[in-house]
Amino acid sequence: MPSLIDLTRQGRQLQHHAPWPRSVVDAPVWNIAASGLAQGRWSLLGLWGEPATVHMAIIDEPAAEIAVVSLDCPDRHYPSIGRHHPPALRLERAIHDLFGLVAEGSPDPRPWLDHNRWGMRFPLADRIDSLSNGLPYRFLSAEGDGLHQIAVGPVHAGIIEPGHFRFTASGETVVRLEQRLGYTHKGIEGLMIGADLDRAVQLAGRVSGDSTVAYAFAFSRAVEAALEIVVPDRAVWLRALLAELERLAHHLGDVGAICNDASFTLMHALCNVLREDVLRASNTAFGHRLMRDVIVPGGVTHDLDNRGTQAIQAALDNIHRRFPALVELYDNTASLQDRTVDTGVLKPALAKQYAAGGYIGRASGRSFDARRTLAYPPYDRLSFDVPVLNEGDVNARVWIRVREVEQSLSLIDQILERLPEGPLRAKPGHLREPREGLAIVEGFRGDVLVWLRLRNGRIERCHLRDPSWFQWPLLEAAIEGNIVADFPLCNKSFNCSYSGHDL
Amino acid sequence: MRKLLFESLFRRPFTEQAPSADDAAATELAIAVGLAARRRLGRSLSIREIDAGSCNGCELEIHALNNAYYDVERFGLRFVASPRHADVLMVTGPVTKNMRDALERTYHATPNPKWVVAVGDCARDGGCFAGSYAVAGGVSQVVPVDLHIPGCPPPPINILQGLLALLDQTAKNVAPT
Repeated sequence: MPSLIDLTRQGRQLQHHAPWPRSVVDAPVWNIAASGLAQGRWSLLGLWGEPATVHMAIIDEPAAEIAVVSLDCPDRHYPSIGRHHPPALRLERAIHDLFGLVAEGSPDPRPWLDHNRWGMRFPLADRIDSLSNGLPYRFLSAEGDGLHQIAVGPVHAGIIEPGHFRFTASGETVVRLEQRLGYTHKGIEGLMIGADLDRAVQLAGRVSGDSTVAYAFAFSRAVEAALEIVVPDRAVWLRALLAELERLAHHLGDVGAICNDASFTLMHALCNVLREDVLRASNTAFGHRLMRDVIVPGGVTHDLDNRGTQAIQAALDNIHRRFPALVELYDNTASLQDRTVDTGVLKPALAKQYAAGGYIGRASGRSFDARRTLAYPPYDRLSFDVPVLNEGDVNARVWIRVREVEQSLSLIDQILERLPEGPLRAKPGHLREPREGLAIVEGFRGDVLVWLRLRNGRIERCHLRDPSWFQWPLLEAAIEGNIVADFPLCNKSFNCSYSGHDL
Repeated sequence: MRKLLFESLFRRPFTEQAPSADDAAATELAIAVGLAARRRLGRSLSIREIDAGSCNGCELEIHALNNAYYDVERFGLRFVASPRHADVLMVTGPVTKNMRDALERTYHATPNPKWVVAVGDCARDGGCFAGSYAVAGGVSQVVPVDLHIPGCPPPPINILQGLLALLDQTAKNVAPT
């Protein structure tokens, strides 16, 4: 088996692809990549299409090497990766729905994003205006005595995003959960095509509202890689500040919400007060509670002044003062621990196979954190720990968040202390020839990947891959054997994105 | 836990913190919403939230209405789990074609009289997602809308303001939809 770099050398390497290599390979090399994934040597970072090409981003985690391999498929067929490596299955189904490219030998050719409602098929390739194919969606079966099904969604009982869950249960115990997603598919990658950078970064920031900073960050870094833009130092540091504030707010909210789903509302109420403090401080500092549209290609649009610094400092002080008591409360409440410990266990082997990002991976023994593994600036100059646990239950996912709250507090302190002066933005120039860039940024939920090709200042193709693509399937595995009543708890502890996944 | 609960007996509630300009506005608004809601619907207004393809930004801010700072339940504004219990449907998102059916069915499952509030810029006309093959382009394309609350996403305070506007408007109309 060749190394990842050797693999890319077996194809035609593209000149203008940064910062990692991209190589156009033939089917045999594509299959070598598939077996490298299947053997667990490499992990799948992304798989996406173009009208007559499929691309696959792969990482060799121990070496922190990344490569993109591309396969031209003018006859609209390519050898399935999912056949050897199940994490690719849903991505292949999405590629088929959007581009009409067929994954040959795939064990699951059912549609995924296409619910037969668009009035057309293959919208991003040679679209076919078509009528409904009329076939109902075929859910996977579960057979046995006394099994019953529970269908939930797309409209859920809480204030959450839409998706459909099909449970098959034996009494109270879940035998099989099957998800059906795609309800929030807005066609963002279609809207990206031909967009200028201003519009494109705005769209990127609206892929998943809770990760608006992470997406704008990843998109901007991909543009900067493609166009070789050097971002001013102050902007680099402010971006990390924004990213950590986002992480802090959502982790605080999640810790409370998970406890709320175990009917422990006191934690929910108190955590959400801290969360609201962070949002208000973010608003004071950057003019928007979720800090939307602040990160743009070349830098940031909003500077941090004294008032903003003080607001952030005050919110942080408050968390330092109040959060430890809440953590103690969580740790010492037996009735709450009874719900979270040993519930919804995700085995480390599955987390590794799916390259599960964020707290989901790190609660199941996978130490990947893009801030550490890829050490993009300014994280290469900041000191922080990446907490990892092996239990993989709801409790572990709570603790990872608690530890990451502490790390984010420390990171924000460091950033505020060392924030350099200087300009906020380098103006992106235009280049006539096509340029390609890839970026991976650690959002609160996990690693967000953005790949794009620019031509003449416009997007020719942009793919945005949410961490949820590799987390949603694991929820199906983690819930097996648990009781139906624990599903909200497990689901919240995963907190996967619907919109980020559906695009 | 006892310590925390004990503290909260003596601590001033978060909802009455020494007001900055923003907090004062919240309190004033809250009183106004309370009066209008009571006149119209006694003490209760039940809201069913539907995400019709939003980015989840609006959901985060609607959620925030329930935190201790805003605490909308004190005015009888309540988020309910079923459209069967709802007076108001609060809809977010550009309405994706994949959610269109579900939105229509939820609307029809809500008993009359009912009002529809569209929250967020993309709920008005599709916003930045308008023109996509996958979106219907705004809530009013699918169900009748009584009120839009603009913003991307609107902060919780604006959503409260919007509810007040709705209550004023419906108080004037004799026969709501």
